[in-house]
Amino acid sequence: MKKKKLSVFEVINYIFMLLVLISCIYPFYCLLISSISDPKQTESWFFIFPLNVSLASYREIFGNNRILQPILISAARAFFGTVITLVCCSMFAFLVTQRLLPFRKVIYKYVVITMYLNAGMIPWVLTMVTYGLKNNFWVYIIPTAMSAYYIILIKTYFESLPAELEESARMDGAGFFTTFFRIILPVSGPILGAIAMFSAVSQWNSWYDNLMLVQDNNLKTLQLMLYQVIQNMNVVMNDPKTAATAQVLNRPSILSVRSAIAMLTVIPIQCVYPFMQRYFASGIMVGAVKG
Amino acid sequence: MGIRTKQTASLTAGKRPYGAKQAEKRKLFLISIPFILFITAFCYVPLIGWVISFFQYYPGIPLNKLEFVGLKNFQAFFYNKKQVLNVVRNTFVLSGLILATLPLPAVFAILLNEMRNAKFKKLVQTFSTIPYFISYVLLYLAFVTILSPSDGMLNILLSEKLHLIDKPLNVLTNEKIAWSVQTFTYLFKNLGYSAILYLSAIAGIDPQLYEAAEVDGAGRWAKIIHITVPGIISTFVVLLVLGLGNVLSGAGFEQYYVFGNAMVLDKLEVIDTYTYKMGIVQGNYSFGTAMSMMKSLLSVGLMVAANSLVKKIRGSSIF
Repeated sequence: MKKKKLSVFEVINYIFMLLVLISCIYPFYCLLISSISDPKQTESWFFIFPLNVSLASYREIFGNNRILQPILISAARAFFGTVITLVCCSMFAFLVTQRLLPFRKVIYKYVVITMYLNAGMIPWVLTMVTYGLKNNFWVYIIPTAMSAYYIILIKTYFESLPAELEESARMDGAGFFTTFFRIILPVSGPILGAIAMFSAVSQWNSWYDNLMLVQDNNLKTLQLMLYQVIQNMNVVMNDPKTAATAQVLNRPSILSVRSAIAMLTVIPIQCVYPFMQRYFASGIMVGAVKG
Repeated sequence: MGIRTKQTASLTAGKRPYGAKQAEKRKLFLISIPFILFITAFCYVPLIGWVISFFQYYPGIPLNKLEFVGLKNFQAFFYNKKQVLNVVRNTFVLSGLILATLPLPAVFAILLNEMRNAKFKKLVQTFSTIPYFISYVLLYLAFVTILSPSDGMLNILLSEKLHLIDKPLNVLTNEKIAWSVQTFTYLFKNLGYSAILYLSAIAGIDPQLYEAAEVDGAGRWAKIIHITVPGIISTFVVLLVLGLGNVLSGAGFEQYYVFGNAMVLDKLEVIDTYTYKMGIVQGNYSFGTAMSMMKSLLSVGLMVAANSLVKKIRGSSIF
């Protein structure tokens, strides 16, 4: 760039981007401060700085055992779901790169078509019920084990690896599984990292299957619990009696408890996000090329 | 190092004998069988479930004892004509609005690309993708915390602090602006993430093109219009076709289910949420299946149509 002077366009552009930045951060900051301050004291700028900082609402939700179970369930599905998805998708992707596999193209298409062809909500739910997955923890992790989208991404990556890598292993007499686990997986860190992050986040955020198929409270996910808390609190908050009781008992207000639960669901995502950043750009770029 | 020990085998390798090749083929095919069965069980068997829409289904009754009712469940669309029409209208309007915002991520990516300060650019890019990874439940809660008429931060700021308004602003429960609010919500969640696709397309443009244009005296706008835009148009077309295939889902079940409170339900009840309420909540599985089936078939049809249209215009399809 020859000149360093900012043009009008650039000034407007920077202001616009600053607004985007603020609007992406503020909602979460807002939840954070409302979870640690007392919202009844609206006298000052409590929407910018927290007031009367206290962790009472966090103590309240952890003192109450009902939150621990959903946290465990959500964490378990994020972990096991991701592991199963990674193993299934990457092994299948490697399988369809094998020239010797009979009907290779047909098998690959058979799987990829499922990305576009969807039976719809009710048939899916009824099928899962038939398989005995209703009120079953496995319903969270089994149906998502093979995802056409992830398979496309991983296969594209495998195809970009130098062919000599696999050929030399094969020459040495290594079979399918040895080649896959010893040769291919160790050099596939970037794509597996990207898929792991995508899968873990979507598992953590998922509650559709919970709503449709699981009524058992012991298997409730954190997201559905949060949703139900919002629904119930709309009722409770409009009832002056309960609000007054909370005031008298000096318990944290409903609003800050609600925000505290929300923070619990965001924090894990914010923790993995920096790692994700590194991977997911490269991950979806592969997808973009492939379309 | 199991591979090293097998090195002796490599002496005879080179071209594998015919028998070994057949054995390898058989082995690979055997490995593929569990995957094929899995995909069949979880993606193709539900398609068989479509036959339920021609029967009167009650949970617990074996399939062979169900009463065949022909197209009765499809005729039910007409009995509930008012509701169904409303639902279909909402679905198309919301999807249409979302499709209309499709160029915005491209614009955002171009603007982002025009920023000279690399650090600030990276910062905006990083934070603008965060909403994509947040669930709609949480997004809703964040919106409520800010916009709620009784204790939302925005209303406290505007009415109690600045005294700019008498009545609290009512955003999430206002039927009149429900569609715009949902479009905005969708955009908020997806803008930064979709922009990444365009940014990578822009990064793939040959820098020599820009240099050549500069030599020819092209300004910022000329470069954007004649180099950047043509460079990302194919990404746009791919997303457009996929978006058309998705038109009947719009932003999907979760967004409308979470945001659809009683005040705005008339505007936010879409095919998916209606199917859920009729099928799962009220237990009318056959009717729900009929809805699901119509939706899936129409979606595939729309995508195929969009794809062939693109093929005609550009001479190449995306599949």
